[in-house]
Formats: sequence, structure tokens, C-alpha cells
Amino acid sequence: MLSIKNLHVSVGDKPILKGINLEIKAGEIHAIMGPNGSGKSTLSHVLSGKGGYTVTEGSATYQGKDLLEMAPEIRAREGVFLAFQYPVEIPGVSNIYLLKAALNSIRKHNGQPEVDAMDFLTLVKEKVRLLEMDEKFLYRAVNEGFSGGEKKRNEILQMAILEPKLCIMDETDSGLDIDALKIVSEGVNSLRSPDRAFVMVTHYQRLLDYIKPDFVHVLAHGQIVKSGGADLALELEEKGYSWVEDNQAAA
Amino acid sequence: MNTATASRYAAEYQTIAPALPGQSLPWLQALRAKALEQFSAQGFPSPREEEWRYTNVSGIEKKLFSPSVSLTIGDVNAEWLKAYQLQDAWVLVLVNGHFSAELSVLDGLPEAVSVMGMADALAKQPDKVEKYLGTAADQAEHSFIAFNTAWFTDGLFVHVPAKVVLDKPIQVLHAVTGADAMATTRNIIIVDEMAEAKVIETFISRDGVYAASLPGAGAAIGEANAYLTAAVTEVFVGQNADLTLYKMQSESEKAYHFGGSYIKQARDARFTHHNFAFGSLLARSDIHVDLDHASECELNGLYLGVKRQHIDNHTRINHLKPYAISRELYKGVLDDRARGVFQGRVIVAVDAQKTDSQMNNRNLLLSDDAEADTKPQLEIYADDVKCGHGVTVGQLDEKSIFYLQSRCVDEETARNMLTFAFANEMVDKVKIKGLHDMILEQVLARFPQQGVNKEWL
Repeated sequence: MLSIKNLHVSVGDKPILKGINLEIKAGEIHAIMGPNGSGKSTLSHVLSGKGGYTVTEGSATYQGKDLLEMAPEIRAREGVFLAFQYPVEIPGVSNIYLLKAALNSIRKHNGQPEVDAMDFLTLVKEKVRLLEMDEKFLYRAVNEGFSGGEKKRNEILQMAILEPKLCIMDETDSGLDIDALKIVSEGVNSLRSPDRAFVMVTHYQRLLDYIKPDFVHVLAHGQIVKSGGADLALELEEKGYSWVEDNQAAA
Repeated sequence: MNTATASRYAAEYQTIAPALPGQSLPWLQALRAKALEQFSAQGFPSPREEEWRYTNVSGIEKKLFSPSVSLTIGDVNAEWLKAYQLQDAWVLVLVNGHFSAELSVLDGLPEAVSVMGMADALAKQPDKVEKYLGTAADQAEHSFIAFNTAWFTDGLFVHVPAKVVLDKPIQVLHAVTGADAMATTRNIIIVDEMAEAKVIETFISRDGVYAASLPGAGAAIGEANAYLTAAVTEVFVGQNADLTLYKMQSESEKAYHFGGSYIKQARDARFTHHNFAFGSLLARSDIHVDLDHASECELNGLYLGVKRQHIDNHTRINHLKPYAISRELYKGVLDDRARGVFQGRVIVAVDAQKTDSQMNNRNLLLSDDAEADTKPQLEIYADDVKCGHGVTVGQLDEKSIFYLQSRCVDEETARNMLTFAFANEMVDKVKIKGLHDMILEQVLARFPQQGVNKEWL
């Protein structure tokens, strides 16, 4: 589904990512772990099309298309979804309007008619119940005045309704208490499917207790220094990031 | 230069004066004479005056606008007028500065309530007018007020007696039809103790952008007219009374507009003002509020500027006594070469302990050539007060644009959505549905960018 080859990315003159290689197939969950400043967030931003980054070398191919050539909204319509570490408050735009507008623009992109208003409401209300959210959040402005946990749930709600193919989750566990983490994880797990892939960027292992990854990659100094199965995350938790960083230095 | 213009007006005044209302009232004649003298000496305000440093009215001086001495409604197309007329309201229509009984809808007013043209009020209730006229607006303030006092042809007079609560709003439509016309109106609104009322001032012309957008209006619209509106409104809110005053300024894109609202609040009185400044080539509004003991005022404003529009809002809140509360939020969206000016003064007198005041001005600049001049001023002479102010001038937040893009919205639509949402916060404060919807249509019709969608609300 996504093939990243030798990806180099700079901010200004400063290289952040220095040759990332990653193959992600439908149905897989990949965890990208790494210490602060390793380039984790840069990777999720570059894949979703945020401005301010320069790709100096390499490629990212999504479903056979050049992902890096697409505008952010085209990536979103093609099925790439970024769950933000810090979801942005948009005063004056209602949550339910944005959901509907986003869903319809995906449908239009895929040559489908607009969603029926009643069907849409039924769908949204079902997902709201699943995420144990209050329906009143739908009619409030996007993320405005939401708590940290509510914002993250709202991200998962959007994901559940838009049904993306590739979900990039940037530090989804940050700012969540244990109850909210469980609800969010259940939401994500319910979306697992053979034709959907997840990239979970996280600093801590604790999210992975709830969402079990197929692969774990450790990012340090802009490169993937170690890859393995779910066990790698546990080993990291035990030994700390210095373990892989030291290994890298030794090699 | 200023006085040269003034003397042209003064020369013309002698021929017009006999047609102005209140000829038989010596006190008014004296007031007018004094005002004319002041205007003749000073001319229109100059940018050298601190309160006018951002607003140059020389465009007005270059023309000589002529007042119409009597009501002529021949060229008023009732269709475009109706588009601005609220359904569930008492409506008073002023055409080129003259009250039209024919176009007004005043049936069913409670008997004790007076809603009439100013000329009628001067004929029927001169003593009451004398008691109030010129007591809230100080013509020494600047010469637009003096100009208005000397020249006013008519206006709105409202008196809501004690304990009367009006269940419908009163709307006054200030309509101007002709090129080079001058509409000078003097308005008085009195809301006595424990009474409640809502009054809407609507300034329109038949070539307004909104009027032009009406279905079938095309033929009646024609070229945009240059004309001058000079309206002074004096407002008296009695003890424990509650008045909400709305102003929607949608003049022609070539018009000049001066509108001053001067409000005196008694003890425990509440006053809310919503100021929507959309039209005119050059528009200046003054809103001055005097607060008595434990009274409250809320001033809201939204200005949208495009092309070469210059929109200036001046507010002054005088906290004269203790425990009064004031809240103020003005927002501006400026595109092209438009310029927005906000000058907000809050003055807390020595006696006004426990004053609670917040003033904010937020500006969104959509083009490199747009300009916002903002000057909040706090003058505090008491020592136990809570006063704050905040100002922003900026562009749209890039993080918000990216967030919307990541949710499938293209960049241009994202920008429009955020701009519209910014402005819509002020529209949403209007709780009269018909008016809310009309203002919303205005924002959509005038909005600097295309593709704004009502569903975003």
C-alpha cells in the first residue's frame, strides 16, 4: 500500500530524515517508535502533506501513485488520514459539517453520489456511541473547548466515518488518561481490517498494550535503526532508547 | 481648505433653512444657529485632530451634497426596500432623510409608546424633544455632530415609557436614492425605567451590493451613487431598563457615511450594541457610552472591507460610577486595498471603583495591501478596577488551514471557511432571526471571497 524508499527530508537547511525505507501492506499495523527529536513527527507530517518540509531525496509511493506530489486534500481523498497529535480548534465550523463535507468530498473523488442526510446521521450517531462521546459534540465547533481526551476521540470519530485506507496516528496516546486510552484503542481496533493499514507514531510503548502492532520500527537520528515484531517494543521499554542508539553508534 | 467647504454649505444653508423642521421652536433655532456657526468656523474634521488621524474626509469636502427639502418617494422601488424590511417588526422608513408614513408600518404599537418621525415629534412633543436633544451628543466633540444639528431634516423618535416591554423590534430604514444627495437625520431613543426594547438602524441604498443580489432587482439598481449620510442617534436608557440597538450599514459602495451613537445609561441599565459596517467608500461610526452605577454595556462590531473601502469605528466607554461592566469585541476582515480603523477608549473615572471592563479588537488581513489601524486606550483614574484589552492583526492560521486540508477540504475553501467563521461569530450574536438571516445574507453577498457556504454554521 505504501512504499517509502530512501526518504530524505529537511527543514530549511537542517536534514531531519536521512534515508527512511519502509514497506507497508494492507492489513498491517506498523509502530514507529523513537526518542524525541528522532524525526517521528516529521515522517507523519511529510506523509500527510504538511508544508514547511523539503524532500531532498527518495520517494513515497501510495497505491502505485507518487504520494509526495499530491496536495494534502488529495491525499486525504485518496484515503490517507492523519490523526493529529494536537488536533486544531476551528471556531465557527461545526464538527458535523466538517465530517459531512469531508465524507462527501471523498465520495465525489471516488465518483459516488453525496451521502443521504438520514443515513449520514445514523452512521455518525452509531460511531459516537462506539467512542462513548456525547452527541452534543457533533454540533459544537471543531475541537473548540474540547479536553485533550475529547479531541483525540474526535480524531478517531473522523477516522471511523471517513474509513481511510492508510491511517497515520501521530502520538495518539499523548495526553490520554487510561480510560480514554482504552476507548480510543477500542475505536482503532474496531477499524482494523484486511484492506486498511496503520502507522502509529509513538514515544511510549503503552499504546501498544492496547493496539498490537505487526511490526515495530525504531527511529533514531532520522533513520530506522532497528525493526522487529511486537516484542521489540517491550524490549525497548525495558532497556530504553539508549540501547538502540548505542547499538547504532557501535555499528 | 476645510472652512472653504464649510462656507459653501453655509451659503446654501440660508436657502434650505426655512424648510427644516422646528421653525417655530426658538430653542431649536438657537441650537441650529450655534451649530452652523461652529461648523462654518471648523469645517469637517481634519486628520490633524487626534480622533481623526486615521480618517481623512477630504473626499467629502471635494463634493457639495444637497439635502432634499421634502419627501420624494417617486423613485423608491418598494421591492428593494422590502428586502431589508423585517417581517415581524414596526418599521419606520426615512427616504433621503424624510419620514414616509406611506412606507412605514407602525400599526399595533402599544398606546403609550411613541414611534414617529423627528419632524412630527418636534410638532407634537416639542418639550420632550427639547429635554433630550443635544444632551447625549456633544457638538463640541467634532463638527460632524454640529453639521448634523444644523442640517437635520428628520429622523426617528422613540419613547418607550416605564415598565413597557416591547414584544417586537422597531426598525428604522434610512434609504438614500439619489446621486449627490445628503441625508442628515437626528434620532432620539428613550427607554424609561424597567422598560425593554430592541431598535434596529438600517442604512441602505438601492444600489447596495445586497440589493443588487436580489432576484429581479437588476433593472432598478443602476450605477452606484455617491452621497452623504450623516446620522446622529442619542440614546437614553433608564434605570434598570434594557435596550439592544443594532446598526446595519449597507450604503452604496461610493457613499460617505457618518453615524454617531451617543448613549447615556442610568443606574443598573443594560445596553447592547451590534454594529455591522459593510458598505460605503468611507464610513465612520462613533459609539460613546456613559455608564452610571452598576450599569452594563456590551459593544459588538463587525466590519468587512473590500476594494478601497475605509471603515472607521470609534468607541468610547465612560465608566463614571462604581460597579459598571463593559464588554467590547470588534472584528474586521479586510481585503484588497481596504483599510479598517478601530479606536477604542475606556475611561474609568476616579469614582468608578470596581469597574469591570474588557475590550478586544481582532483583524484579519486577506491581502498584502489591506491595512488595519487599531488603537485601544485605557485611561484609568480609579485604583480598584479590573480592565483588560487585546488586539490582533493577522492572517489566517496555517495550522488550521492544514488541518482542514487533511480533512479533504481544498486550500481555497479552507481559507474561505476560516474567514467566514471568523466573521460569523459576530453574526451569531444577533438573536432576532429575521435580522440574523439578513445580516448573514449580507455577509455572504459582500464577502471578499467566493464559495462561502451557509452550511458551515
